[in-house]
Amino acid sequence: MPQVTLTVNGQTHTAEVEGRTLLVELLREKLRLTGTHVGCDTSQCGACVVHINGESVKSCTTLAVMADGANVTTIEGLAKPDGTLHPMQEAFREYHALQCGFCTPGMVMSAIDLVQKNPQGLTEQEIREGLEGNLCRCTGYHNIVKAIAAAADVMHGKRSEIARAAE
Amino acid sequence: MNVVAPFEGIGASVRRKEDFRFIQGRGAYTDDFNRQGQLHAWIVRSPHAHARIKGVDTSAAAKMPGVVAVFTGADMAKDNLGGLPCGWQIHNKDGSPMAEPPHPVLAVDKVRHVGDPVAVAIAATREQARDAAEAIAVDYEVLPAAATMADALKPGAPVIHDGVANNLCYDWHIGDKAVLDQAFAGAAKVVSLDLVNNRLIPNAMEPRAALGEFDRTTGDYTLTTTSQNPHVIRLLMGANVLHIPESKLRVVAPDVGGGFGSKIYHYAEEAIVTWSAGKLARPVKWTADRSESFMSDAHGRDHVSKAELALDANGKFLGLRVHTYANMGAYLSTFAPCVPTYLYATLLAGVYTTPVIYCEVKAVFTNTVPVDAYRGAGRPEATFLLERLMDVAAKETGIDRVDLRRRNFIPTDAFPYQTPVALQYDSGNYHATLDQALQSADWAGFEARRAEAAKRGKLRGIGCSTYLEACGIAPSAVVGSLGARAGLYEVGTIRVHPTGSVTVLTGSHSHGQGHETTFAQLVADRLGVPVAQVDVVHGDTAKVPFGMGTYGSRSLAVGGSAMVKAMDKIIAKGKRIAAHLMEASVDDIEFDRGTFRVAGTDRTKALVDISVAAYVPHNYPIDELEPGLEETAFYDPKNFTYPGGCHIAEVEIDPETGQVSVANFTAVDDVGRVINPMIVEGQVQGGVAQGIGQALLEACVYDADGQLLSGSMMDYTMPRADDLPPVSVATHTTLCTHNPLGVKGCGEVGAIGSPPAVINAVVDALRDFNVRSLDMPATPAKIWQIINGGRRMAAE
Ligand code: FES
Ligand code: FES
Repeated sequence: MPQVTLTVNGQTHTAEVEGRTLLVELLREKLRLTGTHVGCDTSQCGACVVHINGESVKSCTTLAVMADGANVTTIEGLAKPDGTLHPMQEAFREYHALQCGFCTPGMVMSAIDLVQKNPQGLTEQEIREGLEGNLCRCTGYHNIVKAIAAAADVMHGKRSEIARAAE
Repeated sequence: MNVVAPFEGIGASVRRKEDFRFIQGRGAYTDDFNRQGQLHAWIVRSPHAHARIKGVDTSAAAKMPGVVAVFTGADMAKDNLGGLPCGWQIHNKDGSPMAEPPHPVLAVDKVRHVGDPVAVAIAATREQARDAAEAIAVDYEVLPAAATMADALKPGAPVIHDGVANNLCYDWHIGDKAVLDQAFAGAAKVVSLDLVNNRLIPNAMEPRAALGEFDRTTGDYTLTTTSQNPHVIRLLMGANVLHIPESKLRVVAPDVGGGFGSKIYHYAEEAIVTWSAGKLARPVKWTADRSESFMSDAHGRDHVSKAELALDANGKFLGLRVHTYANMGAYLSTFAPCVPTYLYATLLAGVYTTPVIYCEVKAVFTNTVPVDAYRGAGRPEATFLLERLMDVAAKETGIDRVDLRRRNFIPTDAFPYQTPVALQYDSGNYHATLDQALQSADWAGFEARRAEAAKRGKLRGIGCSTYLEACGIAPSAVVGSLGARAGLYEVGTIRVHPTGSVTVLTGSHSHGQGHETTFAQLVADRLGVPVAQVDVVHGDTAKVPFGMGTYGSRSLAVGGSAMVKAMDKIIAKGKRIAAHLMEASVDDIEFDRGTFRVAGTDRTKALVDISVAAYVPHNYPIDELEPGLEETAFYDPKNFTYPGGCHIAEVEIDPETGQVSVANFTAVDDVGRVINPMIVEGQVQGGVAQGIGQALLEACVYDADGQLLSGSMMDYTMPRADDLPPVSVATHTTLCTHNPLGVKGCGEVGAIGSPPAVINAVVDALRDFNVRSLDMPATPAKIWQIINGGRRMAAE
C-alpha cells in the first residue's frame, strides 16, 4: 500500500493508504479529524473543503496520495493555538451564518480562500458567485453572505474586529 | 451569583451557544462516531422500479476480503423481524381502513422502487463492504412499473402490492358535499384550476447514517442515528421491527445536519445495523452516499389537484371544491398518510371565510421512493393551491388580487374562528401582515420598476401570497381519533443543580434550530439563570424522558411549553423552601427572575440559596417537602398553533433565456411571540430558500420505467447562493392564546408562503402571454417556451 506523509494543521503524519483512498477519508477515518464533512458523491456540495498549501480544495475529489508532502489545513486548524478564532469563524457565529453546522466547515474554508484571493474586496454578488461550489440547505445563504463580507473587512484590515450585527 | 443581563431573555438575539463547536469542526454527527471493533455495512439496492426477486446469491460476496457477514430478507424473516410500521391510519369514505401493505426491512419477494434495499454486506472497512455488495448477485424478473399516479390508476396497471386494488391506498374526504353543491349552484362565478405540486427531494446536507451497537455483558442495544425524534425511533423499531424492549434499547440522535422532515421516519438501515450488531456482537455502521439518499430518503409533496372556487357577484367566496391525488410512493413511510389529509385538506380555508369546503383525496401507490412530510408537509400544498387560485380568480373576476384577498379575509375580531374543515384558529391579523408586507415591498411603486425593467428588455412581475399554516399538531386525544398511533405531547425536565446552574432535558430535538440557545433563553427569562449556565440536553433516550421530537414547528410551542410547566413547578417548590428559610408564609413569597422575596419587604433569597438548601437539607421543611430541585412536566397542547402572514416576491425574467431571477423577497410573518429574533429570521430565510427552490429549481424526475433521473446533485437543482435574493424578513405578532409562551412556530412558514408568491410573480411578469396555470419549477426552458410560443402565435 502506498504511504503518504503530509502536514495537517501543523502536525506531520505518515499513513498507509490505498490508491483509491480519498483525502477526506484519510482525514476523517485515519486522522480522526471529523470536522471535514462529506455531503455528496459528485463533488457538488463543498462540505469537504480544506486548504492544501493555502488553497481551497474539495477533499472528496482529491486522492490521499495527491496530498503527499502537502500542507493541509482543516477547520480544526483555523483557530490560533491560544484558542483565538479566525475572523471568518467569528463572523459566522456573529451573523448567524449556520444552523445545523454541517456545511459550515467547508463553507468557512471556501470563504477564507475567496476573501484571500480578492484583496480588493468583494461585492455581494461576487460573494454569492464565489460560493458556487458550496451548498447549504439550512440558511438560504443570506447570513453567510453577510458574514463573509464582515470577515473580509477584518481580514483585509479595514476593520479591527467583527462588528456586532444589527439586531 | 445568578445575575441575568436583561438582553438574554425572551426577545434577545442571543448568539448561539452551539456554534462554538460547529465553527471549530467539533460537532459530533453520527458518521463522526467510531467504535472499537466497528464493522461497516453497505446496502444492496434495487436497480429496478418493480421486479420479482428470483434469487439472491451471496456466496461470492461472503468470501471476499474483510467480509464478516452478508444478510438478506430471508435471514431477517428467520429471526421473525417485523416490517417498518406506519404511524397513522386513515379511513376511507366508507369507513374502512386504508390499505396498509407490509414494508419489509429488506425486500423478500419483490422490489418496488429503485433503491429498495435487498441485502447488506458487512465488512471490516466501508470499501470492503461496498466491494462485497457489488459481488452479491440478485436475480430479478423485471416487471412493468407504475412510475406515475396516472400509470398506477389506469385499468390493467401493474399490481404493486398484492391485495391493494387499483394501487389505491385510500379514498378519503372531508366536508359536506351536498351543501357544497348547493353553494356552487348559487354562484355568480366559478373559477377552476388544475395544479401539480412538484415532487421534491429533501437533501439535508448531512446524509443519513446509523451506528448499531450491542453490549454482550448487559444485552443492551444502542442505535446512534440521524433522527429528529429518537424516542419515536426507539418505540417503532423496538416494538414493531426488532422486538427489543425499550429498557434494552437506547437511541441517540447526536448533532444532526438538517432534517426538514426527512429524518423523522424510521428507516430500514436503522433496523439493519441494530439487528446486525446484535447478531455479530460488534458495532456496525452505515452511512449513506448522497446517491443513496436520493433513492432512500422519503421524498416530499407530489400532489395533482383540481380546485374550484365559487364566488358571488361581489367576489365573496361561497365554496371551495378540491380533488387531490397524493403520491405515497411504493410503501407507506412513517407519517405519510396524514400529510395529504389532516395536514392538507384541513388547511384549505386558509385565511379566508369560505363557508363550505369539500375535499376528496385519493392516495396512490407508485413504484417510486416513499413520500412523506417535507418542510411544511401538506400546508405548502394547500397554500400553493389557494394562493394560485386567488390570482386566477382575481384575473377572471376583474377584482384586484390584493382586494379580492382582503374581501375574504377572516376579520381580525372574528377569533376564535371555526373553519368548515375542522380547525379552530385562535388568533391572527391578516390585514396587518398584508399591510406591512405591501409597504415593505413597495407594492404601490411596482409599476415604475416594471417600466424601468422593460427599458432594459426585462419582464418584471410581482406576486403575493397571504398564507396560514398549522403547527404543533395536537391535542393527542384528537389526533388519536383521526388515526394517529402516537401522542403528540412533549416533555421537559428542569434540573437545578446545587450551585445554581441548570440542565434542561427536552424531548424536542435540534438539527439546526438552535434549541440549545432558545431554550436556555426561556430559563434565563423565567428563572434568571444566565444562558451560559444553562445546558440543554436532547436526543438521547438514556438521558431524556419519553419525548416526541421535532417536526411541524412544534419545538417551542409544545416542547417550550413543557419546559415552562416544569419551571413553574420549580418556582412553586422554591417558594415553599424560601418561605421556610425566611420564616414567612408561602403565600407571601414572590419570585422574579432568580429572586424569592417576602412581598413588601427587602427579605430575599436567590435561587442558588434555595438549590443549596434543597440538596443540603439541613434547614429544610423535610416533613412536607422532598429534597432536590428537579421537575418534569409533560405538555399536551389544546390546539394547533396558527402562524400566518404575507410573502411578496418580485421577479425579473430575461426573455432571451427564460431565466427567472428573484429581485426582491419580502416576508412578514406572524409566528407568535419571538424568543430569539435572529434565529427566527434565519429560520424564515432558510424556509424561503427552500420555497424558492421548489418554485424555480427543484424537481424530482422519474422516467416512464421508474428510473430516478434526478438522482444526484448534478441532476437535481439545489438552490445555490447566486440563485437566491437577499430576503427581507419581519414579524408582526399576535399571541397564541392557548400556550403559556404565546408562541406559534417559525420553522416552516418560509417554505409554505413563498412558492405561490414566486409563481404569482412569474405569471404577473408574463401578463402579455396569457398564462393561466404554471407548474413548478418554473425553469428557463418552460418560460422560454411560453414566451416564444406566445410570440410565434402573435406573429402567425
Ligand atoms: S463532499 Fe460534496 S463536494 Fe466534496
Ligand atoms: S447550516 Fe445546515 S447545511 Fe448549512
